[in-house]
Amino acid sequence: MWELFILYSSYTLLLLGSFLSLTFGLGLLRFPDFYSRTHAAGVADTLCAALIIFGLSLQSGFNLVTIKLFLILIFLWFTSPTSSFTLASTAYRSGYGIKNNSSKRAE
Amino acid sequence: MEQAIDIILLGFLVVVAIAVVKQRDLFASVILFGIYSLLSAAIFVSLDAVDVAFTEAAVGAGISSILILSTLALTSRNEKPSSHSVFLPLMVVLVTGATLVFGTLDMPAFADPEAPVHKHVAPRYIQDSYQEVGMPNIVTSVLASYRGYDTMGEVVVIFTAGVAVLLLLSSVRHKEDELSNLTDLKHHPILLNVAQILIPIILLFALYVQFHGDYGPGGGFQAGVIFAAGFILYAMIIGIDEIRKTFTPKYLHWLSVTGVVLYIGVGIVTLLLGGEFLNYNVLAEEKLTGQHWGIFLVELGVGITVTATMLSLFLSFSEVRRTP
Amino acid sequence: MILAITAIALLVAMAMTLLRAILGPSIFDRILAANAFGTKIVLFLGVYGFLTERPDFLDIALLYALINFITTLAILRFFESGVLFVKSDEESN
Repeated sequence: MWELFILYSSYTLLLLGSFLSLTFGLGLLRFPDFYSRTHAAGVADTLCAALIIFGLSLQSGFNLVTIKLFLILIFLWFTSPTSSFTLASTAYRSGYGIKNNSSKRAE
Repeated sequence: MEQAIDIILLGFLVVVAIAVVKQRDLFASVILFGIYSLLSAAIFVSLDAVDVAFTEAAVGAGISSILILSTLALTSRNEKPSSHSVFLPLMVVLVTGATLVFGTLDMPAFADPEAPVHKHVAPRYIQDSYQEVGMPNIVTSVLASYRGYDTMGEVVVIFTAGVAVLLLLSSVRHKEDELSNLTDLKHHPILLNVAQILIPIILLFALYVQFHGDYGPGGGFQAGVIFAAGFILYAMIIGIDEIRKTFTPKYLHWLSVTGVVLYIGVGIVTLLLGGEFLNYNVLAEEKLTGQHWGIFLVELGVGITVTATMLSLFLSFSEVRRTP
Repeated sequence: MILAITAIALLVAMAMTLLRAILGPSIFDRILAANAFGTKIVLFLGVYGFLTERPDFLDIALLYALINFITTLAILRFFESGVLFVKSDEESN
């Protein structure tokens, strides 16, 4: 009974994570501007990764695999927002996409 | 299911390869080439070659992108348009490709268990590796014990490549000029704090990969690359002066020599103890203990040489400026 | 079954990211797409390891979650200033 509950909650988390990754892909293609696309990428890096990794770790129980999965999640949470921040800050400082201040270096 | 994933990943690979070739902006080519290496690593994973995927992810998708970027800083950013027609190169490529495909028609089918290559040494390695060498990872036992002589050649090749690049770069060294108006990444508190947390973790992970190669994917090559990546992160965010003071060129040269000498030294010790060159059985009373010690020492030698070579390449690239 | 659906969804997201990496009119779009592609591959390797009952692949995913960061920072560094390494200032030590 308890195993069935864990299995179904793991399936729910995995399905939610896959829905979010499809949303991310669609957003990356359809948003009109670079800065709005970083929002789509930010969703994928944080919430989608968390849902999928929690779903996988529920299926594997308490062993080394779960610890490695959580380490992957922590490293993703550390590095992906920092990369997005540095990317957006570099783009802003080089003036890309800001009205009345377009940059030639980015084309 | 696995076949479908293989086909989809290979399709991605073709698309990225075409995009890399058609780009004019070389930065974009480097970025797309990083994606290409990552896709190759995923294909190796789906082909069940985990150690190769590990090395490809560490070297191809990480370090070689940075190396190519260092070279791009010395040349120009955009590719000049080609001035000759493409007909003759296309003909040469098509004829060579057709000849190669014709040559493969005689080979046995892919993964055929009756093929000659699977009937001679491979069954012996798979069946006897655990009794003769004593570690679960057959790739490491083949790499470091059964074919230890080839791996010694690889270490010497890495060392020689490092020497050759240093010889080439030392002739274009300029004096260091002031880099004015440089936005110092250190003054971003976010980057500084994240780097301060991540660099010890990366170095610790490199040690884990070095010593865990007996039981899972890993080994000396991958560990050396991850070590170098950790120090490069330090140099990028916090500053290169401490790295230069810690790893002076002379120290790095001695380090890379030490790795090669360690490897060859193990072979000479086994010769002196009465066995053949690189026969680890004679290193201890018990055969399996001797194998463990031998593999531990040679992987250490490989890791030391790879780390020192990568770091000396990067540090010498950082001293060269493009002639204005 | 559900793992297969997740793997397919991740592959579709990777295809769309590749499209953005090829199309993106500026270099920043491509760097964004490469970074996001790295995250998707890490998740895909985790799901694939569970699909084939071999969790050894998690080491590769762990490695790539760290290396992706270094490569993106190096590219941005190059784009901004043309060199890779900075001198540390004396007064900030």
